[in-house]
Amino acid sequence: MSVTFLMLVHTALDRATAVARHWALSGCPVVIHVDKAVRRADYRGFVAGLSDLDNVKFSARHRVEWGTWSLVAATQAAAETALSAFPASRHVYLASGSCLPLRPVQHLRDYLAGRPRTDFIESVTTADVPWTVGGLDRERFTLRFPFAWKRQRHLFDFYVNLQRRAGFKRRIPPGLVPHLGSQWWCLTRQTLTAILSDPERPAYDAYFRRVWIPDESYFQTLVRLHSENIESRSLTLSKFDFQGKPHIFYDDHLQLLRRSDCFVARKIWPQAERLYSSFLSNDPTVTKNAEPNPGKIDRLFSKAVERRTRGRSGLCMQSRFPNPGWENGKTCARFSVFEGFSDLFEDFETWLSKAAGGRVHGHLFHPERVEFAADEAIYNGGLCDSAAVRDYNPCGFLTSLIWNTRGERQCFQFGPRDQQEIGTFLASDPNAQISVITGAWAVRLFRTSGNFAFIRREAAALQRIETQHLDVLRAPHTRARVRIWSMADFVQNPMEPLQIIIDEIAPRGRRRLTEAPRMVDLTGFGQFLQDLKNQGMQPYLMGDFPVGDDPETQPRDRRRPYLVK
Amino acid sequence: MGVISSYRLRLQRKRWLIRAFRKRRELRSVTDRTGSIGPGAVLAFTTLRNERKRLPYFFRYYRALGVDHFLMVDNGSDDGTREYLEQQPDVSLWSTTKSYKRSRFGVDWLNWLQRKYAHGHWSLVVDVDEFFIYPFCDTRNIKALTDWLDASSIKSFAAMLVDMYPRGPIDAHPYSAGQNPFEIASWFDSGNYTISRNHRFGNLWIQGGPRMRAFFSDRPERAPALNKIPLVKWHRSYAYVSSTHMLLPRGLNLVYDEWGGEKASGCLLHAKFLDTFTEKATEELTRRQHYANSHEYHAYHSRLKDRPDLWNKWSEQYINWRQLEIMGLMSKGNWA
Repeated sequence: MSVTFLMLVHTALDRATAVARHWALSGCPVVIHVDKAVRRADYRGFVAGLSDLDNVKFSARHRVEWGTWSLVAATQAAAETALSAFPASRHVYLASGSCLPLRPVQHLRDYLAGRPRTDFIESVTTADVPWTVGGLDRERFTLRFPFAWKRQRHLFDFYVNLQRRAGFKRRIPPGLVPHLGSQWWCLTRQTLTAILSDPERPAYDAYFRRVWIPDESYFQTLVRLHSENIESRSLTLSKFDFQGKPHIFYDDHLQLLRRSDCFVARKIWPQAERLYSSFLSNDPTVTKNAEPNPGKIDRLFSKAVERRTRGRSGLCMQSRFPNPGWENGKTCARFSVFEGFSDLFEDFETWLSKAAGGRVHGHLFHPERVEFAADEAIYNGGLCDSAAVRDYNPCGFLTSLIWNTRGERQCFQFGPRDQQEIGTFLASDPNAQISVITGAWAVRLFRTSGNFAFIRREAAALQRIETQHLDVLRAPHTRARVRIWSMADFVQNPMEPLQIIIDEIAPRGRRRLTEAPRMVDLTGFGQFLQDLKNQGMQPYLMGDFPVGDDPETQPRDRRRPYLVK
Repeated sequence: MGVISSYRLRLQRKRWLIRAFRKRRELRSVTDRTGSIGPGAVLAFTTLRNERKRLPYFFRYYRALGVDHFLMVDNGSDDGTREYLEQQPDVSLWSTTKSYKRSRFGVDWLNWLQRKYAHGHWSLVVDVDEFFIYPFCDTRNIKALTDWLDASSIKSFAAMLVDMYPRGPIDAHPYSAGQNPFEIASWFDSGNYTISRNHRFGNLWIQGGPRMRAFFSDRPERAPALNKIPLVKWHRSYAYVSSTHMLLPRGLNLVYDEWGGEKASGCLLHAKFLDTFTEKATEELTRRQHYANSHEYHAYHSRLKDRPDLWNKWSEQYINWRQLEIMGLMSKGNWA
């Protein structure tokens, strides 16, 4: 009782020779179909190289083109040769020239002998397959595809669209339910004979001749008519990427392939010397005698597809530069922006890094230099503190910073004195947590002594800038987590909002704030605002600070924050 | 992209090809072994001048990678470079003493050689101080990459320039011929690159790294471009526009994904900052043969007097390609 291998070969003939020889010498007959595109001299050499083996046969040659009927015709020819030439074998295994057996042939024979009536063929209805490329699933069976996808793409697309627009539909032969699946199957003699000798075969063949990629559907559909026992999976380990082309195995996959316990793998890079020399042996210690388990390889390749299609969020690089809106996250991690806090509180940065952890920067967008935490001149990843470099591409600067420091929360100060270009980016990033005390910029003006006309001008300018910034933050399409307090409100009860912010930054280490940041002395601030008003300027962002009723800089009773532990 | 602008680019491409055709007269064949180029060979193209010291390691590296033939233009070397190259069995050598600048920094010469010899081949254009790395380069040779690119119908492959530098002053460790330059210059900047899109040619424009922060921090727009597309399945109608930063037709410049995914890409490790650099910078100033009036070399020269140390505590020491992939400087894309 043995299994016959069908091999479809078109390149890397030397490797195909080695594999065919391996199977044949292990007692399994091999029928080889060589693509007609292979040059005659090469073909002759190939045949001569295997001529010493009497259980290797060659079937009639077809010119095979990907995605067309020719591949099925080649398979049929090889299968017919196999069935007639090797009547003793109970299973027929379809493989290609770039397949490589991973386990001793005896394992496979034992495995199949234990399941003498089982057909191993992946066969799934069109509604349930996720892998179709080009949006063609059901339409593979209802449109005509006379043009080659690889060579005549324009004609192919044009003709598909034409048929769609014209509402053209082919009739599926009665009794057939279209199924799809991997083209690498292993069928029993009975099933394969039944398929090939079906009285309706000419009608089916005529129909599948114009189906797209019939090699993935011909046997997969017909097997449903004839098989008693279908196991819908392929014994060949073969993974496809997002474009529908097979992943290739290299020398560095050796261990992975070994541990997969699959019988045959495809597709092997022809120059993968180590793979060929390690696996073309019938050494039973190579693998455990276990059920095939391609889980690890599945994960590897699905990760590759994920990387290719979704990429790493928040990364801009030479081969990933998403169009606006396609970033899957503009930055790679959450970060916090504090506006007005460092004006209102003394040494706010130190307090914040103690209370929330993470890295607390000064004004990253300060017009003169980037104020990195601890006043560093160069920061993670080699970012430098030059304002010119930062302003050359502010959004890129911020995404780089967040990317370089992944794993550590970044917080920074921002205000109307800073470069404002980053404002819209901040508002549009869901990773940004922006907390604003409006009007707090006035505190620094209040504390400077100087020409009041200058202060008044400065205040008007800053108020204008902050108003514009607030408009951006309050716009309906803002995605950032924005909280805005007027300075008057905040000063009344600073602990509660601070607790909310800190909890959001460090949700796991929830602890009650015990120490409040020290607020600057605001005695006379109301009068200062009144002076501005008297000079004809209207400071409205701070909220209400009546003259003479100066706020307490330290809350009298330390009220319990909302959170009770 | 409208019909008119795409037609303009077509004209521009033709112009570069005509220019390359005219500049072919400046090249004098020294040794021509191009007859040994077989089908499917991977070819390397290089222009160089006085790089004798760097050559032994250069050849060792690229031969191990699987490059089959080197086509090189020697621009008036007088340090034995030419004699050395003549002896290499897999080098075809041309020489010229004409202006590097007027051949658009070697691009015209190489465009011509590529048109003539690289049609249908994978062609790698690198300088002798650039070392190509790509995903899995420690276990798969360059044919694995080009086979995979062929199978994926990808025609061009990006490899950003990563400037490598030593710890301490640039000239502190002497480089000797045959030595791996990254034993000395083993450090790089991992995350200070800024990217913008060149809408006309469709390529990305990348600047940054140690050169930007150390030499151009006040005028970042003048910092040198680091984006490169060195590996291309060449067709005789292709032309590099400016160095290997971009090519025409512009579709070849689309080496990045615009919909959030990552395409596969590599890096060119740039061993520029060795002790030979100071000498080179001085020489280039007097030759005045470099890009944009050699302003780059002016910037270097003014700083090099203070023996700058490019190293800082955030510098990363190079380990392997996986490190660069994790840092996001290159990507495996869907190659696994």
